[in-house]
Amino acid sequence: MPVIELNGVSRRYDEGPPALDDVTLTVAAGEAIAVLGPSGSGKSTLLNLIAGLDRPDAGTVTVAGVRLDGLGEAASARYRRAHVGMIFQFFNLLDDLTVTDNVVLPALLAGMSRADAHRRCASLLESLGLARHAKAYPGRLSGGQRQRVAVARALMNRPTLLLADEPTGALDSASGDDVRKLLADLNAEGQTLVLVTHDETLAARCATRTLRLVDGHVMGTPTGAVASKTPASEAVVSEVDR
Amino acid sequence: MSSLGKVVRSGIGRRRVQTVVILLSAFMAVTAAVLGGSLLVASTAPFDKAFAEQHGAHLSVLIDAARATQTQSAATAEISGVSESSGPYAVVTAAPELGPGSSGPAGIALRPLTIAGRDEPSQGVDRVSILDGRWATGPGEIVLTEGPAIGSTLVFADRPGKPSFTVVGRARSVSRTADAWVTPPAITALEPTGYQMLYRLSASALASDVDTVRSAVTAALPADTVLGSQSWLTTKQAADRTTALFVPFLIAFGLLGLVMAVLSVGSVIAGAVGAGTYRIGVLKALGFTPAQVVRAYLAQALIPAGLGIGLGVVAGNLLTIPVLRSASDVYETTPSGVAPWVDIVVVSAAVAVVTATAWAASWRAGRLRTVDALAVGRTPAAGRGRLAAALSARLPLPRPVSLGLAQPFARPARMIAMVATVVFGTAAVALAVGLAASLGRVEVTRSHDSAGVMVDGSSPPGSGPGTGSGPASGSGPRRPGPPDPLNENGPEPATVLAAIASQPGTEAAYGIAEVPAAIAGLSGTIDLLGFTDDPSWAGFELTEGRWFHGTGEALAPTPLLTATAAKIGDTITVVLDDQRVPIRIVGEVFSTENDGLQLFTDLRTLTAVQPKLKPREYRVAVADGVDLDGYITALDKAMEPFGLNAQPNPGGHSDVLVALNTLTGLLTVLLVAVAALGVLNAVVLQTRERVRELGVHKAMGMTPRQAIMVVLSSVVLIGLIGGVLGVPAGMALHSVMVPAMGDTAGVRLPQMVLDVWGPVLLVLLGLGGIVIAVAGALLPAGWAARIRTATALRTE
Repeated sequence: MPVIELNGVSRRYDEGPPALDDVTLTVAAGEAIAVLGPSGSGKSTLLNLIAGLDRPDAGTVTVAGVRLDGLGEAASARYRRAHVGMIFQFFNLLDDLTVTDNVVLPALLAGMSRADAHRRCASLLESLGLARHAKAYPGRLSGGQRQRVAVARALMNRPTLLLADEPTGALDSASGDDVRKLLADLNAEGQTLVLVTHDETLAARCATRTLRLVDGHVMGTPTGAVASKTPASEAVVSEVDR
Repeated sequence: MSSLGKVVRSGIGRRRVQTVVILLSAFMAVTAAVLGGSLLVASTAPFDKAFAEQHGAHLSVLIDAARATQTQSAATAEISGVSESSGPYAVVTAAPELGPGSSGPAGIALRPLTIAGRDEPSQGVDRVSILDGRWATGPGEIVLTEGPAIGSTLVFADRPGKPSFTVVGRARSVSRTADAWVTPPAITALEPTGYQMLYRLSASALASDVDTVRSAVTAALPADTVLGSQSWLTTKQAADRTTALFVPFLIAFGLLGLVMAVLSVGSVIAGAVGAGTYRIGVLKALGFTPAQVVRAYLAQALIPAGLGIGLGVVAGNLLTIPVLRSASDVYETTPSGVAPWVDIVVVSAAVAVVTATAWAASWRAGRLRTVDALAVGRTPAAGRGRLAAALSARLPLPRPVSLGLAQPFARPARMIAMVATVVFGTAAVALAVGLAASLGRVEVTRSHDSAGVMVDGSSPPGSGPGTGSGPASGSGPRRPGPPDPLNENGPEPATVLAAIASQPGTEAAYGIAEVPAAIAGLSGTIDLLGFTDDPSWAGFELTEGRWFHGTGEALAPTPLLTATAAKIGDTITVVLDDQRVPIRIVGEVFSTENDGLQLFTDLRTLTAVQPKLKPREYRVAVADGVDLDGYITALDKAMEPFGLNAQPNPGGHSDVLVALNTLTGLLTVLLVAVAALGVLNAVVLQTRERVRELGVHKAMGMTPRQAIMVVLSSVVLIGLIGGVLGVPAGMALHSVMVPAMGDTAGVRLPQMVLDVWGPVLLVLLGLGGIVIAVAGALLPAGWAARIRTATALRTE
């Protein structure tokens, strides 16, 4: 059974062209999907729908067996706690909390005990090479370190899938390499990944499959995927298989 | 539209919440200020103002209708010194009974009323204000100053045909010339005995002027026709004494309202402009000069504030009508309107405060370097709130709660403003509660409320004042004295008390004999009260010393002690019936009857000198659980052989107390609303600033309920601190104000009037700060719960 299943999903903002138009997509467990495309192609919208941060205007979204399109805010929050870890382009760490307090936040919101949360946090920080920064504030860390903190936060609740929105977009090349390797290693361990990125190198390094979005349409025919039913989608678009 | 106009329009239109908050803050602040200012104005010489507005009578004279004609009475209007007159009005003093269908048991005898026949209330001298209902227009209709409710029936059983009248209105005469009014044809059924003439003097109406005119009127009429007269100065003195008691309270609330108005508007405007620092940076990056930035933000503040100010003036004027009416009940004057200059001053001040605050905040932001404005506007200063965040994270509380507790510390200035707002709101509540409790105790002690039942005679007209509540009991010209001042023809007190004691439900009783006497060395007379039994259970409060034990001892209120320069332990000489009686002062008692010129003593002290003296009134305490109406009906029947009547003790149901509590409640609600609005504004700003952070939390799995917990928790500490500081502030104001009220009234208030703060009450009042803060945070908490996560993450 696929971990992610989108069927005929459309999403439109205001009166302009749709951000996503009749998209159908499946992702199997353990896959690492890179979603490429120019600005305004609908990449972030796709990610938001999978994360339950937004609801489609049409179609269905099912992740880990949970139908997301009909969930209310409280239910979608509980879904994210259980199944989703999110990594953002600009990290979205809370500046007035320490690294540890940032990382344990999702676990405490989910009701994990303080002791268990801190134990898991320590383990994650250790494995990500951040143990000595546990009491530091994010402002003192480099971009790469902050993104690794964000990864640790995303992994706290052992999510079914990791969603990353331009994870290397705000990093220098060295830090970017660092994060690329990290994500690749996570996927190698079996973590399902969906990456939204402009970074072709990241896609090449981490993704088992690449999708391209153009004006809200999925282009090409990735393995196991069905393109959106428009004339434009008939064009052959390259895909990268790992 | 100019670019500046577009910026202003978009600033107002796109930031709707902020615009609405500015409008509401200005509205509430101006409403509170108009109310506060009007109260301050109304509290300045209220009697004098009402007397001038109502064309009060400087002198009222009661003429014996059996010895002078109506024409002779009317002719006194031409006397030199009289500028205007009204009358003659036919008057009579009669004691009605409550009729069927009234608010109370039928057949109950009521106090004697001075009733005047008058067809037009709003012309001539002493224009009567109709407070409720309407004026009497036909036979069988009566208007009262106080007593049974509109719709009740009064029956004058001792008149031929037992005429009955329906109460159709409630009115007030600032000169207190009558207790009730009927139409001139209707009063003939009551067999009027006198004519009442009302005069306004052409001179300054000093005491000597009043005496001169009084003498001239007496000389102009046949001999022995003037039964009594009343000077406006006597009424003024009594009114001023009442006013003095309550003016400090109303002034305090008026000032609180004004201060909170300034605080509220100032913090809202400053916060709104401060929150727009990033936008100011963008405008400057586009080419706006600092001066243009200031003009834009001034306009953005003044437009919604101006609308709020306009609405606030309208609302303030509308709200002031019932408030000033309550104030007039408190002062026992007639209601006044809002002085136009109050509106002008409030509007000018509000515009000035908004302009000054907006100008200062936007000038500061406009002077920032563009890059700094862009940076400052995006993020709070680094490091702020970290210690609080770290500490709160350690607390054994749900994480949303600990996140919320730390938030206010990121903006210390805003936090202090919020605390100040809650402090003022809590102080206002504490002051109101304390004052209501104190004044309630004052009314109980003034009216001896513990005695639920009063027994007295069905007094013939002109039998003299009784010991009623209020500083000026009875209305109309004072008569020379009762025909049986010692009540020597009255029943034996021992017999009456035995009959009362034998009545099932009686818990305790005493009789009071009252007789005027002189104090050696003091001009004028005092009221000597002789008690048959210990009255200490009846609500009298000792300020110092003890109750009398046996004969030769007495208690005195503060004014008498002051007048005689006596203190506890001293002996004063009372002159009763030309006999000198030494009496030792053993205690100071709180009383304002007869302006505090009274002595409380054992009846035997007086009967030793005047054996014929007998009580004219009895007070009875009824056991708990006994049906009061049924008891009174039975006791009334048992008292018939003695020529006495039983009725509920009117004390403790003072219109003054009701009016004051109404006023207190209204003002407190308004001040609390202003405080909550101040908190609302600050939390809206705080939540908007942290919207992206809120998005991150929601992306991490924070549910809407947890988001609400964050927002509400962010104000709990503020509410707690505000309550902890506000309650002592309110108590301090109370401890200053209540004694000040007593001082201006010339009385020393007993300690029980001041000691109103029980531990449970204090805790509840302290928690009130949290209630105010949470009330202000509810709306933004709801918004935080509802905002979509994707929207929040996209917000810059």
